Amino acid sequence: MSILSFSEATLQAMIEEMERDPTVFVMGEDIARQGGIFGQFKGLPDRFPGRVLDTPISETAILGSALGAALTGLRPVADMHFADFISVAYDELVNQIAKNRYMFGGQANIPLVVRAPDGIVPGAAAQHSQSVEGWLMNIPGLIMVSPSSPATAKGLLKSAIRSNNPVIYFEHKVLYPQKGEVPDKEFLTPIGKAEVRRAGKDVTIVAYSIMVQKALEAAQNLSKEGIEVEIIDLLTIKPFDLETIVTSTRKTHRCVIAHEGVVHGGAGAEIASQVQQEAFYYLDAPILRVGTKNVPIPFSPPLLDFVAPKVANIEQAVKQVLYREGR
Amino acid sequence: MGVRIKEFPNVFLELPSKGKKDLLRTMIRIRSFETRVEELFLAKRIPGFVHLYIGEEGIATGIMANLRKTDWITSTHRGHGHAIAKGAQMNRMMAELYGKRSGYCKGKGGSMHIADFSVGMLGANGVVGGGFSIAVGAGMTAWMKKTDQVAVCFFGDGASNRGTFHEALNMAAIWKLPVLFVNENNQYASTTPVSYGVSASRISDRAVGYGIDGYTIDGNNVVEVYNVAHTLIDRLRAGKGPILLECRTYRVKGHYVGDPEKYRTKEEVKKQIEENDPIQRYTSYLIEQSFLKPEEIDALWKEAKEEVEAAVRYAEEEPYPAPEEALEDLFGPEQEVWV
Ligand SMILES: Cc1ncc(C[n+]2csc(CCOP(=O)(O)OP(=O)(O)O)c2C)c(N)n1
Ligand SMILES: [Mg+2]
Repeated sequence: MSILSFSEATLQAMIEEMERDPTVFVMGEDIARQGGIFGQFKGLPDRFPGRVLDTPISETAILGSALGAALTGLRPVADMHFADFISVAYDELVNQIAKNRYMFGGQANIPLVVRAPDGIVPGAAAQHSQSVEGWLMNIPGLIMVSPSSPATAKGLLKSAIRSNNPVIYFEHKVLYPQKGEVPDKEFLTPIGKAEVRRAGKDVTIVAYSIMVQKALEAAQNLSKEGIEVEIIDLLTIKPFDLETIVTSTRKTHRCVIAHEGVVHGGAGAEIASQVQQEAFYYLDAPILRVGTKNVPIPFSPPLLDFVAPKVANIEQAVKQVLYREGR
Repeated sequence: MGVRIKEFPNVFLELPSKGKKDLLRTMIRIRSFETRVEELFLAKRIPGFVHLYIGEEGIATGIMANLRKTDWITSTHRGHGHAIAKGAQMNRMMAELYGKRSGYCKGKGGSMHIADFSVGMLGANGVVGGGFSIAVGAGMTAWMKKTDQVAVCFFGDGASNRGTFHEALNMAAIWKLPVLFVNENNQYASTTPVSYGVSASRISDRAVGYGIDGYTIDGNNVVEVYNVAHTLIDRLRAGKGPILLECRTYRVKGHYVGDPEKYRTKEEVKKQIEENDPIQRYTSYLIEQSFLKPEEIDALWKEAKEEVEAAVRYAEEEPYPAPEEALEDLFGPEQEVWV
């Protein structure tokens, strides 16, 4: 085991995959000269000259050319700088990347990774803080993953690069400097498989990205009050691992879903719908969702604190499904 | 009929007579296919809607005669001509237009998504301007793999107003990618005349903004298209960077089959058909110069008609996909990374 930050873990993943396969390359804004705004590409251009490309500020052309490169034999990794800017290249993502394989009858594969730094950074406000997986939940043809630890950051990125399909890799900006254990020998984190982070009998919490950590914190507090939650780290947001969630929910009879994206129409809505369908007779309470309130992310600290999902919100939701406390 | 711009030698004259004949053959094949598609659409054999390339055949033909099978093109919603000229088979194209399983896209694409990756035809596109950055990406593949392949991006006058035009040309220019941006200026974007919708008097003038070369040529003169493309594609293969080529043409049919065409006069269209038809112009030239005999030309029309009829029979007889096949082809096969 080594202790690595998220940035270092993703950098290792890039190095290993670029060494393994000469068709892998990465493009984005300020990744070569600057090393990425979070240092996640530091040193990569020297190691792989000509394969780490600084692009102009042209998100449409970044995603569109990544698609063209993927269709003609390369394995591009396209960095979006901030997940928020996916909207600038939305057509390329949802009408081209997601659909090209299908609408051409499977004539070509699209091995392409979009790296999308997301999540709330205090003070970054409305256009640099979003979790945008909800924008893409409704688009067939896209895979979405999001790590919760340096180890899964590395393993998921390696899997995303090796996948023969378009994968959006959401990496939470606050987590980049955070450190954790990463196995020394080579490993992949499988796509489509959730991991149980904490076993518990009372309530199932489904979370991903930074909310896994918040759920773990909530679990400690709740444990002091005699409540044992089971935490499922989704890792793959789409297609999510329904089986693991349902198995756990049938055991605990209660389910809370936590993500940082806006609750309304977010990934949690789809998860809740599918879980109730598969576990209806096992449920002792409605499935609750924890996430950002239905407004853009505000700037001022007290405003942000009010709308962003916190550890306390998770605890409150858990107690609510246990009928311990009213809302 | 040669070339009016001095920097482009008349390499057409060096073509063996088979080469000269092949240009006509391709144009006639496209025209015959499109004419039949129009009939079949009106007879309700083909669902959806179709955009015809009639009157614009000189462009795809002249450009593609200079490409190799390993080169790539991106196409538009008006893509049948591009597909045929790049080497796609009519029977599988027709089957796709019918929505049959043996169509190029297994019935999932139809006219607007016709594609044949085996000959480098990376797809027609339902999003106007969708091909710009895809062509740039194909150019990146040639650049990074250090091959001399080129990518050609076909796009309309209307598409030249999309923002992605700007991003793609700039990106191709900074990396000197081997991409030829071929503008098919057919005077209209649906109902909008180019004189209204495009601020520049020549779309090729927009090249200046990217520090690349831009040319405007007569797209209905297949000899001129052939000659200019010959020189320009050589330049791309030599790594000189992208080029913008505007080919002036005219859409003699409606924007789509069934278009009421209220935005122009019948006289305007009639004049174009009579005086500016690329096949007529080339045919007259070939006969005038005694490059081809009238009976050879008649044989080309006959041959094309037979090929189209065979394609129609094929499309009629082939089965539809099973309904559940709608759920296939979304994702490619995975080995190690999926559960
Ligand atoms: C992004 C986008 N906007 C609008 C349309 C609807 N549309 C389809 S074809 C067309 C006109 C395109 O004109 P042009 O690029 O000149 O090509 P042409 O049809 O003349 O070949 C329009 C507006 C579309 N398909 N995609
Ligand atoms: Mg037009």
